[in-house]
Amino acid sequence: MALDRWIALILLGICLAYGYAAWFTMDGGLAPFMKRNPIWPSTFPKVLSVLGICATLFILLGFEKSPPKEADIDYRRLGEYHLGQAVLLLALMVAYALCLRPLGFLISTSAFLILGSFILGERKWHIMLPVALIATIAVWYLVQEVLGIYMRPLPGFLGG
Amino acid sequence: MLEGLLIGLTTALSIQNLLMVIAGCLIGTFIGMLPGLGPMSIIAIMIPVAISMGDPSAALILLAGVYYGAIFGGSTSSILLNAPGVAGTVASSFDGYPMARKGKAGKALTIAAIASFAGGTIGALLLMIFAPALSSVALLFHSAEYFALMVVGLSAIAAFAGTGQVAKAMIMTVLGLIMATVGEGALFNLPRFTMGIMDLQSGFGFITLAMAMFALPEALFLVLKPKDLQDGESDIKDLRITAAEAKAIAPVIGRQSLQGFFIGVLPGAGATIASFLGYAVERNIAPKHEQDEFGKGSIKGLAAPETANNAACTGSFVPLLTLGIPGSGTTAILLGALIALNVTPGPRLMVDDPQIFWAVIMSMFIGNLVLLILNLPLIPYIAKVLAVPRTFLIPFILFFTLMGGYIGQNNATELLLLVGFGICATALKFADYPLAPLLIGFILGGMMEDNFARSMQLYDGIGFIWERPMTLGLLCIAAVLVVLPSYRARRARALAKGVADGD
Repeated sequence: MALDRWIALILLGICLAYGYAAWFTMDGGLAPFMKRNPIWPSTFPKVLSVLGICATLFILLGFEKSPPKEADIDYRRLGEYHLGQAVLLLALMVAYALCLRPLGFLISTSAFLILGSFILGERKWHIMLPVALIATIAVWYLVQEVLGIYMRPLPGFLGG
Repeated sequence: MLEGLLIGLTTALSIQNLLMVIAGCLIGTFIGMLPGLGPMSIIAIMIPVAISMGDPSAALILLAGVYYGAIFGGSTSSILLNAPGVAGTVASSFDGYPMARKGKAGKALTIAAIASFAGGTIGALLLMIFAPALSSVALLFHSAEYFALMVVGLSAIAAFAGTGQVAKAMIMTVLGLIMATVGEGALFNLPRFTMGIMDLQSGFGFITLAMAMFALPEALFLVLKPKDLQDGESDIKDLRITAAEAKAIAPVIGRQSLQGFFIGVLPGAGATIASFLGYAVERNIAPKHEQDEFGKGSIKGLAAPETANNAACTGSFVPLLTLGIPGSGTTAILLGALIALNVTPGPRLMVDDPQIFWAVIMSMFIGNLVLLILNLPLIPYIAKVLAVPRTFLIPFILFFTLMGGYIGQNNATELLLLVGFGICATALKFADYPLAPLLIGFILGGMMEDNFARSMQLYDGIGFIWERPMTLGLLCIAAVLVVLPSYRARRARALAKGVADGD
């Protein structure tokens, strides 16, 4: 079974779970006065779940043949590409999301930019460091001072 | 009208006001390039500055400059980095980004600038002529028609799907609609499908999803399979559009200015629907060989949404200035600014404060013109962004992607969602599922459900569909749009097999 049909299977599961919630569990907590309304919060999701199940089945049962075409990246040979770099970058993004609040904007962002370049194979530290620091401070200044959106600059224990 | 025009011109052409336009355009363009800060937020940020000036005409002129600059800036990031920061520029990335990948970044930006200019200027002309008459048309549209209009917009996604892709596009649209129902619903503000997670109470953020669907998979693809973002220096030379290309996009610009403007006039429809519909319509009426170009860097496919988007932005001023009804988030903020400046938009505006009405219109012309003059020389430098080595460019793209998601919601959970959705989107991209329909479904889903709920309540049931002829007509168009591509494909296959043609 090709990847697109596997994905259709997963999406079918999502639609079924969503449909189950819409048809059977959502209306339980509805207050009596709401039930007199012609439309309930579950009405639209009910319609959507049916549409979604039909569309996924359509793909799953292979009613629609799409002509095979040359993909930009062939997922069957994923190992031949720079998979390690991509996974590391994703992990770095997750780490950034987790560190942004506790470590403050300045430290986590400059670390993110430097490590990001490092993962991609850049080793010219004399360029990496200034670029990352200048960019971090410029963005922080723009967002915090010019636009007035608060971002904690430093870790909490340093008074940020 | 001539008298009014002259009043407007004298107001707008003073040195101070010209400087205002230039400053506004520059601020708007540069901030608009950051994904996550669209025209709405930039105008909101600029309001304190504008109000403190005291002169309503000058304030409005500044804000109009910021508005147009922000729209152009947003197009820049969707064309160069495939990172649309505003819903209205999503459609520009469909063809703009492939063009940039082919080393035609300069040309793509030029086309975007020209199309925006033309759309905005023609829109302003139409606004001048039709504003009084159109206000009554806008009132004819009820929630039922809005619902139907959005169904048409969603059905037009069939236009994004190639042959044999309609079911996939359908799935993605439905998935987008499903994601739009997460969070507090239209009715009674009950939280739905949040699985008890507090952070989901307000639903998924648009920017989060836009970044996860477009920018992140693209960046990951660049990591997985390194290739230079541009081929040599060719793009800088390839800046000007040729006469043949100008000829090709001229009718597109003409049609889309009109269509975009009239969609923009309807409150609530706005630039997003206008740009998607503009893209879909142009793709459908293009000749067969050009149709295949769409999505791979067609100049028509770039010019259409850019024009429609700007024309619709201008159109959305019609209900604001004539009825005092803001048709979009941006005009709602402008309404607030106007009231703070002691100007009440509404039917009496043209009678009581003609100089303001005409100054706004004039400032649109001037804003568009200044934007074109300022940006055309800047384009080679903006396009240079792509010449940055990938070891630096990719971390920065990822950083701005995350920043856009964070500024919008100020919530670190949003960043985790972004990465998670980004991985899912990459998997979907591997399996050749189109991602644009998901985002369109998500954007239109909320509005669609609101209007559906409203008409259900007004008519106490589903009856509005056959009781309102305009709704029924729009829904029929939607049905035709869905069925037509598969019918065409089936027919083409039958013909290819040599089966005799029925008619």
